Amino acid sequence: MTNAWTDIKNTDLVIVMGGNAAEAHPCGFKWVTEAKATRGAKLIVVDPRYTRTASVSDYYAPIRPGSDIAFLMGVIRWCIENDKVQWEYVRNFTNAALLVKDGFGWSDGLFSGYDEEKRDYDKADWDYQIGDDGYAKLDMTLQDPRCVWNLLKAHVDVYTPEFVENVCGTPKDRYLQICEMIGECSAPERVMTSMYALGWTQHSKGAQNIRGMAMLQLILGNIGMRGGGMNALRGHSNIQGLTDLGLMSNLIPGYLNIPTEREPDWQTYMSTREFKPLRPGQTSYWQNYSKFMVSFMKAMWGDAATAENDWAYHYLPKLDVPTYDVLRMFELMKQGQVNLYFCQGFNPLMAFPNRAKLTEALSKLKLLVVMDPLETETAHFWENHGQYNDVDSASIQTEVLELPTTCFAEDEGALVNSGRWLQWHWPGGSPPGEAKNDTWIMANLFQKLRKLYQDEGGVFPEPILNLSWNYADPLDPKPEELAKEMNGRALRDIEDPANPGTTLVAAGKQVKNFTQLQDDGSTMCGCWIFSGCWNEDGNNMARRDNSDPGDAGMFLNWSYSWPVNRRILYNRASADMQGKPWDPDRKLIEWTGEKWEGYDVPDIGVTSKPGEVMPFIMNQEGTSRLFTRGMMRDGPFPTHMEPFESPIANVLNPKMRGNPVSRVFVDDAEQFATSEEFPFVATSYRLTEHFHYWTKHNKVNASLQPEFFVEISQELAAEKGITGGSRVRVWGKRGQVWAKAVVTKRIKPMQCDGKTVHVVGIPLHWGFMGAAKKGWGPNSLTPFVGDANVETPEFKAFLVNIEPAAEEPVA
Amino acid sequence: MNIDLTRRGFLRLAGAGVAATSLGAMGFGEAEAAEAAHVRAFKLTTTTETRNTCTYCSVACGIIMYSKGDVKAGETAEIMHIEGDADHPTNRGTLCPKGAALKDFVKAPTRLTRPRYRAAGATEFQDVTWDEALDKIARAMKDDRDANLVQVSEAGVPVNRWTTTGFLAASATTNETAWLTYKAVRSLGIVGFDNQARV
Repeated sequence: MTNAWTDIKNTDLVIVMGGNAAEAHPCGFKWVTEAKATRGAKLIVVDPRYTRTASVSDYYAPIRPGSDIAFLMGVIRWCIENDKVQWEYVRNFTNAALLVKDGFGWSDGLFSGYDEEKRDYDKADWDYQIGDDGYAKLDMTLQDPRCVWNLLKAHVDVYTPEFVENVCGTPKDRYLQICEMIGECSAPERVMTSMYALGWTQHSKGAQNIRGMAMLQLILGNIGMRGGGMNALRGHSNIQGLTDLGLMSNLIPGYLNIPTEREPDWQTYMSTREFKPLRPGQTSYWQNYSKFMVSFMKAMWGDAATAENDWAYHYLPKLDVPTYDVLRMFELMKQGQVNLYFCQGFNPLMAFPNRAKLTEALSKLKLLVVMDPLETETAHFWENHGQYNDVDSASIQTEVLELPTTCFAEDEGALVNSGRWLQWHWPGGSPPGEAKNDTWIMANLFQKLRKLYQDEGGVFPEPILNLSWNYADPLDPKPEELAKEMNGRALRDIEDPANPGTTLVAAGKQVKNFTQLQDDGSTMCGCWIFSGCWNEDGNNMARRDNSDPGDAGMFLNWSYSWPVNRRILYNRASADMQGKPWDPDRKLIEWTGEKWEGYDVPDIGVTSKPGEVMPFIMNQEGTSRLFTRGMMRDGPFPTHMEPFESPIANVLNPKMRGNPVSRVFVDDAEQFATSEEFPFVATSYRLTEHFHYWTKHNKVNASLQPEFFVEISQELAAEKGITGGSRVRVWGKRGQVWAKAVVTKRIKPMQCDGKTVHVVGIPLHWGFMGAAKKGWGPNSLTPFVGDANVETPEFKAFLVNIEPAAEEPVA
Repeated sequence: MNIDLTRRGFLRLAGAGVAATSLGAMGFGEAEAAEAAHVRAFKLTTTTETRNTCTYCSVACGIIMYSKGDVKAGETAEIMHIEGDADHPTNRGTLCPKGAALKDFVKAPTRLTRPRYRAAGATEFQDVTWDEALDKIARAMKDDRDANLVQVSEAGVPVNRWTTTGFLAASATTNETAWLTYKAVRSLGIVGFDNQARV
C-alpha cells in the first residue's frame, strides 16, 4: 500500500476492483465503512461476482475475468476526453511532458520491437529523447506529438465505451456511470483510493492491470494524497515483509538485485545502477544504491567483505535466467533436475497451478523438507487419500522430513502489514511437543552444514564459512539480535560530513536510519529500507502510542513504518508547486518557506524547494511515469491482452494468445484449453470464513464453511440441468474436481464479442488434510503460466466445463 | 511510549466506576458486598496478557492472548483465550471470523509436535529426533551442493549458483526469521528461492 489502512477513512471514493476486501480483509474494510459513514464516501465495486464487498457498494458493475486493462484504459480515455484531469499535477508530477524516441509505436495489439520467436521485445526505442545536456527532452505545453501525454492519448483512443462493453461484458450505461464517479476525483479536493489484491495480480498481465490503475490515479492527482493511493491488500500477515527482505530468486533485501552472469564484476554490476537524474536538480534517490549494497554485503560477510575483493561479490550467486521462480523450479523438478526442496510454512501442492504436474514433480525429488506448524498436503503428497489424492505411495521414492515449527502465538518478532508498518509481537504460549522456532531450525541446520564444510572441506566453502554469525548463542539467534542487524550499525567511527572533525555515528552504535549508511565498508545493514526500526532509541517497532494528531490517520508513534516511519508514500505530491496542500482539509505536509512539515514524515528532502525538486524522488525523472520506458517486458503502456485460456479472441489481434511475452514451457503450452472444448470461464477466490488452507485445520472455521463448492449462475444451472446443492463435476485440460453447486444470482452471464460468457466461481480453501470435509482447490484446474514480469500464476481466468455428477455414496 | 490511559484501561475503569457509584448511590452497598462474595472471579484475571498480531491477512489486527503461565518468566504457558486489542489503531478491538477463532488454530489437533520421516516408498511417517533429522538434511545438502554447484559460466565468469536445491520461504514468519533464512540460503548459492508473494 502507498497509504495505510487507517488512512482509508480520509477518502471520498473507494474503488474495489481486483479484490474483495470485505471478505478477504474484513477488519481493514471497516475503514471503508468508516469513510462512508462519516464523510459520505462512495464505494464502487467492479468484479465478475456480486461479492460481499459489492453488497455494501454504492455502485456495482460486472466484468469478465481477465479484461481489466480494457476497462482501465477506457476510463483513462473517458477522463481525457471529458477533461477530468488534474492538470497541474499531470504536467508537473508525471512524465506527461517528456518526449519519447521516434522509433516507439504500436500496432495490432503489439508494441514496436516484437520478436515472435523469442517471445520478447527489443525495448531500445521505448525511451526518452535525450538532449545535448544529457537530460530528457520535454515540452511543458504538451503540444509535441512525441510527448508522453499525446502518445497516451493515441494509445487509449481504441478503448471506446463500445470497446469496453464488447470486451469486458460490462453494460455500457454502468461503465459510463462509473467513469462519471471516478472523473469527479480529478478535482484537487476530491480523492479516490484503489483497493486491489490477487484479483489483479494473478493474471498473465497482472503487473499491467495495476499499472493501469496507477496511471489513472496519477491523472486524477490521487497519489500521495490522504485518502488516495494504490493500495495493494497483501494476502498474508508478513508477505510484505518477506518481499521487502527479498526472499525471492532475484532479490537482495530492500529491492536490490542479485547479479546476473552478464555482470562479471562489481564495476559492471554498479555501472547500470548509477541512476543519474534525467532532469536537472532531481533527487534520484537510488543514486545511493552502492551504500545500501555495500552495507548489505558487510552484514552478510563482515570482515571477509572488503574493497579489495569487491565486497565479496563472488560470494553471491549469478543468475543465467531472469528468475528461478516457483514455476521454473517445479518445471525443473518435473524434468528430474532438482534433488532437494524446502518448504518453510508454505504448501505448494495447494498453492501453485496444475496440481497433477506438482505431484509428478515432487515425486522426482530425492528429499523434501517441510517446516510447518500444521500437517500440510505438501508434506503428505505421497499419501493416498482416495479420489482426493490418488497416488501410489509405493512408487514414490521421495524421502520426506516433516519438521514441527512454532506458530505466531509462540514466536517473537516483527511482521510488516500491508501499509508497511513493522509491528513487533511477543510469545504468549509454549510450543506444542518438540516444535521449534524457525530461527532455531535454520541456525541448527546451518551450523551442522558449516561444520561439515569445516571438517571435510568441499566445493567453494568460503561464503558458508565466512557468513557473519555474531550471535550470543550461535544455535539460537534472538529476534533482537536479528532485528538490530537489519537496522544496521557503524563498524568504525563515521565522520559527520556537515561538521568535519566530529563523529556522526560511533563505532558499534546502531545507525539512526539509512541516511547514515556508507559505501566504504564503515557500516553494515541487512535491509536498508527497514533501517531505523531498531536504532539507539530502542525497538521502534514495539511503540504503542496510538495518538493521532489532527485526526489524520497517521499514528506516527505506533510501530514503525518503512521508509523512515513515513505513512504515505509520495506525500510531497499532496501539495502544489508552491508547497500548499491541494486540499487544505487533507493536509499532509506543507512548505513553510524554509522546510517541509506536517502530519507525516515528508517524502522529500526537508529543505528541498517546491517547484525545483519534484515529488517522485526515487525516479530519475523526479516525476511519476505514465510511460514506463523499457522497465516492463510487456510494454510501456498497458495494452489489452486476453488470458491464455479465453472464450474470445483478442479483438486487437485475433492471432495473439495470452500475453505475447509470457514465458511458457513446452508441455504447458500443449495443455492450454480452447473454448470449443471448455466453454466456461473459471476464477478462484477466498471466503470470509477461511484463510487459505490453514483454517480448515481449525474446527470453528471448518464448521462455518465445511465443504467445497463452486458457484454458478441460474442461467448456467438451467442450461446444464444443475440444481442448487447437487453434486457437479468441473473439469479442464489438466484435471477435474467434484463439488457442491451453489446456484446464485450473484453471478450473471455476460455478453462478450457476440458470445454469452458464463463464469464459474471456485473458492480455494479445501484439501485432504485438516478438520473440514475433504475437497479440492482450483489449482487442480489452473494453467501453468505466469505474469510476463513477475511470474505470478494465472489463477483468475481459465477455462473449464461443468456437468451434473452422481451424489457421493453415503458412508 | 505508552499513553497514560489506554482505551481498554479507560473502559475498565469507567465500567467499574459506574457499577460502584450507582450501586452506592442507590444504597445498595451491602447488596454489592453480598454479590461480590458469591460471584466467581473473572476467569481471565489470573492469566498472563501478551500482545500479538493476527497471523492471517495483512491487515495485521492487534490481538491480546491470555495464557495460564508466563513464557517471559520461563514458565510453561497455555493460551486460554485470544481477543482483539482495543488499543490497536487498525482493528480497534474487532476481529473477523478467522481472527475470532485464532485460539483453535493454535490448538488445532493437526499441529505438528515432533519431527517425522517418510522413507522412499513408505506409506507412513515415523518419528525421528531433531538431531537425526537435521543431520540427514545437512548431509544431503552438502553432497548435493558439492556435486552440483555451478562455479563458472561457459564464458568463464564465476557464478557460484546452486540450482538443484530449492527453498520456499513462508508468508507468516517474522522478519527476523526471514532475515536469518535469507542469510543461510544465499550464502549457499541457492537461486531457486521464493516465497508466497510469488502467488
